[in-house]
Amino acid sequence: MDSPLLLSESKISPSTHAVQIAGVIAAANRVILGKDEAVRLAFACLLARGHLLIEDLPGVGKTTLAQTLARLLGLRFSRIQFTSDMLPADIIGISIYDREKNTFRFLPGAIFSQVLLADEINRATPKTQSALLEAMEERQVTVEGETRPLPEPFFVIGTQNPSTQVGTFPLPESQLDRFLLRVELGYPDRAAERELLESGGRRDTLPALSAHLRPDQLPRLQRVVESVHVAPALLDYVQALVEATRTNPRFIHGLSPRAALALLSVARAWAFLAGRRMVMPEDVQAVLPSVARHRLQLADGNGHARAEDIAGLIRSVAVT
Amino acid sequence: MPETRRSRLPWRRRAIPAKPRPLLEHGALPWLLAVAVATTLPHAEFLPRWLTLVCGAALAGRAWLWLKNGRLPRRWLLALVVIVGVAGIGWQYRALFGRDPGIALLVFFMALKPMEMSERRDGLAVVMLGFFLLLTHYFHSEDIATGAWFLASVLLLTATLLRMYGGAQPAREVFRYAALLIAQSLPFMLILFLLFPRVQGPLWGMPRDAYAGLSGLSDRMSPGSLDKLILSGEVAFRVQFDAGLPERTRLYWRGPSFDSYDGRVWRASFLSTSAAERKPARIEAAEASAVDYTITLEAHDRRWLLALDLPLLLPGEATLAPTLEVLANRPVRYRARFAFRSALDYTANREEDPRLLRQALHLPHGFNPRSRELAEAWQREFSDAEKISAAALHLFRTEKFFYTLQPPLLGENAVDEFLFETRRGFCEHYASAYVALMRAAGVPARVVTGYQGGELNPVDDTLTVYQSDAHAWAEIWLEGRGWRRVDPTAAVVPSRIERGIDAALPEGESLPALMRFESAWLVHLRSLRYRWEAINNAWDQWVLGYDRQRQHETLARLGMKDADWQSMFLTMMAASGGILLLIVCRMLFRRSKPVPEVRLWCRFCARLESFGIRRAPWEGPLDLASRAALESPELAPLVRRAAGHFAELRYGGGRRDHLRDLRDCVKDLASFRPCRPGGKPAGEKPC
Repeated sequence: MDSPLLLSESKISPSTHAVQIAGVIAAANRVILGKDEAVRLAFACLLARGHLLIEDLPGVGKTTLAQTLARLLGLRFSRIQFTSDMLPADIIGISIYDREKNTFRFLPGAIFSQVLLADEINRATPKTQSALLEAMEERQVTVEGETRPLPEPFFVIGTQNPSTQVGTFPLPESQLDRFLLRVELGYPDRAAERELLESGGRRDTLPALSAHLRPDQLPRLQRVVESVHVAPALLDYVQALVEATRTNPRFIHGLSPRAALALLSVARAWAFLAGRRMVMPEDVQAVLPSVARHRLQLADGNGHARAEDIAGLIRSVAVT
Repeated sequence: MPETRRSRLPWRRRAIPAKPRPLLEHGALPWLLAVAVATTLPHAEFLPRWLTLVCGAALAGRAWLWLKNGRLPRRWLLALVVIVGVAGIGWQYRALFGRDPGIALLVFFMALKPMEMSERRDGLAVVMLGFFLLLTHYFHSEDIATGAWFLASVLLLTATLLRMYGGAQPAREVFRYAALLIAQSLPFMLILFLLFPRVQGPLWGMPRDAYAGLSGLSDRMSPGSLDKLILSGEVAFRVQFDAGLPERTRLYWRGPSFDSYDGRVWRASFLSTSAAERKPARIEAAEASAVDYTITLEAHDRRWLLALDLPLLLPGEATLAPTLEVLANRPVRYRARFAFRSALDYTANREEDPRLLRQALHLPHGFNPRSRELAEAWQREFSDAEKISAAALHLFRTEKFFYTLQPPLLGENAVDEFLFETRRGFCEHYASAYVALMRAAGVPARVVTGYQGGELNPVDDTLTVYQSDAHAWAEIWLEGRGWRRVDPTAAVVPSRIERGIDAALPEGESLPALMRFESAWLVHLRSLRYRWEAINNAWDQWVLGYDRQRQHETLARLGMKDADWQSMFLTMMAASGGILLLIVCRMLFRRSKPVPEVRLWCRFCARLESFGIRRAPWEGPLDLASRAALESPELAPLVRRAAGHFAELRYGGGRRDHLRDLRDCVKDLASFRPCRPGGKPAGEKPC
């Protein structure tokens, strides 16, 4: 849904930054086939300085997406496979005794990277989950009384299996709230899958990917995203949407103010990716499902809100 | 500035916890200085020169300190200046209380206050003082220019308050907001103006010196007493005739008559004004010559009213004096309107009180022997009083008399010197000499002062009589025919009566500016002046002259018959409450009023519906544009254009030209015709 609007000298016209990121997305799409929207959302999440939760079955390309992102952006990548016997120290790091120097030496855990893939996060015990999520929120870890900052940028892609599977500890609402977006990859469509089968998997192409951005360029892009214009009329619309989630009887609770802020920042990133310098209601509508679904619980006990619920929600709020 | 404030009261010496007072912003000071200048400047003309200089210096000094960020002068120095200044004002006016010294003090304080301004409340004090000083401008003048200055100053004062409390912002914004505030108060102003119960006179007592500056006819006449008046360009009164204007030569506006003469000064005798001696005047007049008119008399602080010679019907609050002038019950201290009916042909007091006649024959002994001699010769020669009068007028007409406003000074025997030596003078010389001659010849006579003529304003058909139309003439009493008006000036210079004083004056003598018109381009100026006069008259009649009577008339026209002050007060409250309610409603439901771009966009979408493209309420402009591109490729560019402009305006903080472009889009859509005749492009599916 590229913008049909290209007015000269306007906030709609694409900036050089947007052109830059468009090249990165195109490259990612050559690796992750047929998942344009998910890739775009992942980039939006990254640009909005949030963390991404991918909920899907194993084998649909979650790890490939994370690795592709890290490589294209020239970031340090690491991966943690969560299991039920994992301890916080396994993620954060541990101090071990150095006999030669007669001191304790800190061995940083996997979390000290720029793109972290936390695989099957709902298989870990709540204790380990919360250690990761604390670190995600604070962007620093405290080990044995010493606070260590995490690298910048710091981007966590958590994946989780559908919670109906056995042996999972579903993330509580408060923890889910820390993920800016939740996307579903889903099965690839027929054409994409055919191409995948013909080429024999995409993992092999990963080492050949070169970094498209210099390390200092991503923070700059993030700053540009923050400066995307938000008009009072758009704030009215966002408020009306949030208000609608709170009054809608389908949901147990409405969206929190933090969720509203998240919605706005992702909408900014989305508008930026569309090459605009202002946020439109369409941007909000496009990112609302990913922002709101994991935060809204259905009142009828059927878990989180479905895509149709969000579509109904959007239709209940007029745009002016 | 002290950090903590100690009470000066000995029993409360403990430090009072200091609450930091907000300081005055540096940028707010020019505003306050402008306030000080705007509110004191109109007084400069009426203040002693030294005070104007001191005030100007103080304000200029403060402006300089502001520019250089200098230190304010010490308190003791300021106190010294204040003491000296107040003493100076007291010495100048010989008083500290009263209208003029009061204003002088306020102006002085206003000019000095900026010198100690450091906190915001000082600024507030200046603004409040400014509002008060503004009111005092009306002591000097109530004309439109003063009103305009007043309004502009109120705007400045309001803007200054906004600037002081609203922080730094562009001056245009401040003024715009202040103007909006004032505009919002306009309905209340109108209601108060219309309905506030009018009392006779002002609401508060005025100090006695408030009327000192009023000009008009005097209660005595001595050589040279009228010429100052004649040189004044002020309006004396305005007349509105019910029917047409009588001939100019008959427009004698009768003021006070003088029947007592001491050889130099003409006065009204005790008899002519004493209430105890009053006998109803007997006037016989033909109804045909009756004229009805309304006079709007400027305040002159005297009791007499000006009426066309001779009044038949008087306004309720006035009586006719024995000497036939109209006297009001109290001095005319406010501009007031009086309705009269006068007869131009009349016989007055055919049988006169013998005491009045004796008074009208009295001449002081030992003065003016030559004119006495002449008059006695006439008395011997002619038996008839009319013939004596004709002889006197003949003398004026045939001998070389000159009409001038700059006559030579006259000595002890003023009449003799005028009649036989100088022969230069204006109306009062001629009237005085004529009456003296008549009395010496045994004909009862007296001097009448008033105004003659006037200027008809073709714009609103109002006759304006200026102070420069002041005139003096004579009256003689004829046996069996009563008092008869004789104007000796008319015998000398008929043009004075026929065309006005302007025409009577010799070349080179000046009248106030705009009173004399000769060259052609000045005719244009004169028509401008007529217009201005008409506006001024309307202002006087309807704004300043909106008194109890006018209020009653207006309210009756609005359907409130016989409104008393209670009902007026209630109506006032109800109307104000209604307006407040309206404003509150507007504020409450303001959100429902769409902003222009939304209104245009909605109109565009509504027109789009006729092409089968219906915007869903939740649909944003971009989505609509992409859908339109699918459903109706013909319309797509136009919809995309409109959506783009709307998006820029609504979500991108777009500029005005986008609004114009969006309006063009709406127009283009209205004139859009699909290519296929009758075909509805939207009905087709793109293949």
